[in-house]
Amino acid sequence: MENRPLEYDYTVAKLFMYNTIFVGIVGMLVGVILAWQMAFPGVNTFLGVNLAEYTNFGRLRPLHTDSVIYGFVLSGVWSSWYYIGQRVLKVSMAESKFLMFVGKAHFWIYMAASIVIVISLLFGITSSKEYSEFEWPLDAGIVIIWVLWGISIFGLIGIRREKSLYISIWYFIATFLAVAMLHIFNNAEVPTWLIAPGVGSWYHSVSMYAGTNDALVQWWFGHNAVAFVLTTPIIAMIYYFLPKESGQAVYSYKLSLLAFWGLMFVYLWAGGHHLLFSTVPDWMQTMGSVFSVVLILPSWGSAINMLLTMKGEWQQVAASPLIKFMIMASTFYMFSTLEGPIQAIKSVNALAHFTDWIVGHVHDGALGWVGFMVIAAMFHMAPRIFKREIYSKSLMGTQFWIQTLGVILYFTSMWIAGITQGMMWRAHDEFGNLAYSFIDTVAVLHPYFTIRAVGGTLYLVGMFMFAYNMYKTMTSSRVVEESELQNATPMGA
Amino acid sequence: MDIATLQAYGFFFFTAFMVVILYSYVYHLYSSQKKGTRDYEKYGNLALNDDITDQPIEMISKDDETKK
Ligand code: HEM
Ligand code: HEM
Repeated sequence: MENRPLEYDYTVAKLFMYNTIFVGIVGMLVGVILAWQMAFPGVNTFLGVNLAEYTNFGRLRPLHTDSVIYGFVLSGVWSSWYYIGQRVLKVSMAESKFLMFVGKAHFWIYMAASIVIVISLLFGITSSKEYSEFEWPLDAGIVIIWVLWGISIFGLIGIRREKSLYISIWYFIATFLAVAMLHIFNNAEVPTWLIAPGVGSWYHSVSMYAGTNDALVQWWFGHNAVAFVLTTPIIAMIYYFLPKESGQAVYSYKLSLLAFWGLMFVYLWAGGHHLLFSTVPDWMQTMGSVFSVVLILPSWGSAINMLLTMKGEWQQVAASPLIKFMIMASTFYMFSTLEGPIQAIKSVNALAHFTDWIVGHVHDGALGWVGFMVIAAMFHMAPRIFKREIYSKSLMGTQFWIQTLGVILYFTSMWIAGITQGMMWRAHDEFGNLAYSFIDTVAVLHPYFTIRAVGGTLYLVGMFMFAYNMYKTMTSSRVVEESELQNATPMGA
Repeated sequence: MDIATLQAYGFFFFTAFMVVILYSYVYHLYSSQKKGTRDYEKYGNLALNDDITDQPIEMISKDDETKK
């Protein structure tokens, strides 16, 4: 039938890769602006007072969280899916015109929705649910995007040559199913126009749930957004990219299976830790704490499996900045999944909740684990997709160290800031009068906010180095043969 | 018993039940590997031998089932 040998087709992976790099820079640039705003409030009006509405912290914050999570991370995940999916199922997208069409539709509808989302957030049109800010027409659009991805997953599985599904595919499927469920339940909403015809608006809606119920659904969603957008698909990626890059099969496949089911089992119940000391039933809070502590086990199961995959091969870590990124990612994964359970213990949470320590926890996970793994995935795929070696190994190495320093500055400053804040808020004299007012804490925290801003800026500088290295790799690096692409990624000096 | 108490008990026993299932699965994995019924570790190679021309670890055809 065909006269050319069959090859994997990375068209869609490539499209998502471009978007990962682009949104990574934009989203983190906004993060850096936020960080400087917290240290120096004057930055809120950096485009002048007339535009302050669009540049103030409150307006930009959801733009940051949504663009990094659903722009940078999801694009990275999808780029990886359209790459890994074909390879471990041993089937090419070129074999199905239908799946190719679905893949492209997936990308372009996602791009169209992203543009509308950015505009709506800039104009302050939101349903004010954290990580789920989009109004109902956009929520409906997200359903379409998600269904298209689902068709792509199950379609590719349907025409596969390889019978068994590699562990990464399991994690992708889990991501797909869980997010579908979370999105629908958390976004059950009623347009205000239906409640108050004539007064309400057609696009703005309110949640179907009220009060405590709403909070419960919101954090069941919120926590599992962490689990199924910032964790499971990233594990899918590391289970493929680390073994492939290092040429070592995963240390224990059985451990990967049981860590998978353990994670599925435990994660869905841990969301209660976001609502400790709130109005949700006590037993739920306790269960939330208990499950959070148990969550260390399956999390570390995967992370240790990754580190042990490098057993006897540590010279590779020293030699390759790409493997450094992945080893550092799984180390930060262990780190944030130890820190999280500690914060979920009730007495610790009493101190940590509402403080910068939580923001520190978010970013050692997001920058150290998720960010590094997405970057590593792009670096691994680029030479295979563009048939050129990585433009510069030393640039990649420098990026690694600059960004690592950035993450360290970020989370250490937030630890100190958070704990200081928590202690000052609760300090009181012998009559029970609070010892400090809020502004006292702000004054004390200023240096740490500045350090965080510097750390974030370093990470962003690394992102620019990444983009430049990728651009050169795509356009002008040395062309490589198929035979050089087996394991370790070829890199120029 | 009011509904909240029922929910709490229901949740607890459901969890206990799931724990039993999970541990049985772990036992199943390790014992079938040990008895040689099924080699799970070979699936690790799915990531390594992933060229489109590579021989699949398990073909999709019906007869090649290793599970008993
Ligand atoms: C064993 C795993 C983990 C546990 C038990 C855990 C636990 C927690 C706890 C207790 C909080 C603070 C809730 C509060 O007081 O407000 C929190 C917040 C958060 N965690 Fe984790 N965490 C874990 C892993 C991760 C990972 C790997 C990431 C990913 C990058 C992550 C991202 C977040 C985010 C984004 C928030 C902030 C949510 C918000 O308030 O907006 N967590 N986590
Ligand atoms: C250059 C890198 C980054 C910088 C400088 C940065 C900075 C910030 C700042 C200043 C905030 C607001 C904190 C507050 O309200 O007190 C924030 C929030 C947040 N960022 Fe980032 N960020 C960066 C990258 C990322 C990435 C890559 C992710 C996810 C993959 C991420 C996820 C989040 C989340 C989930 C929140 C909300 C945290 C919460 O509600 O507790 N950030 N970021």
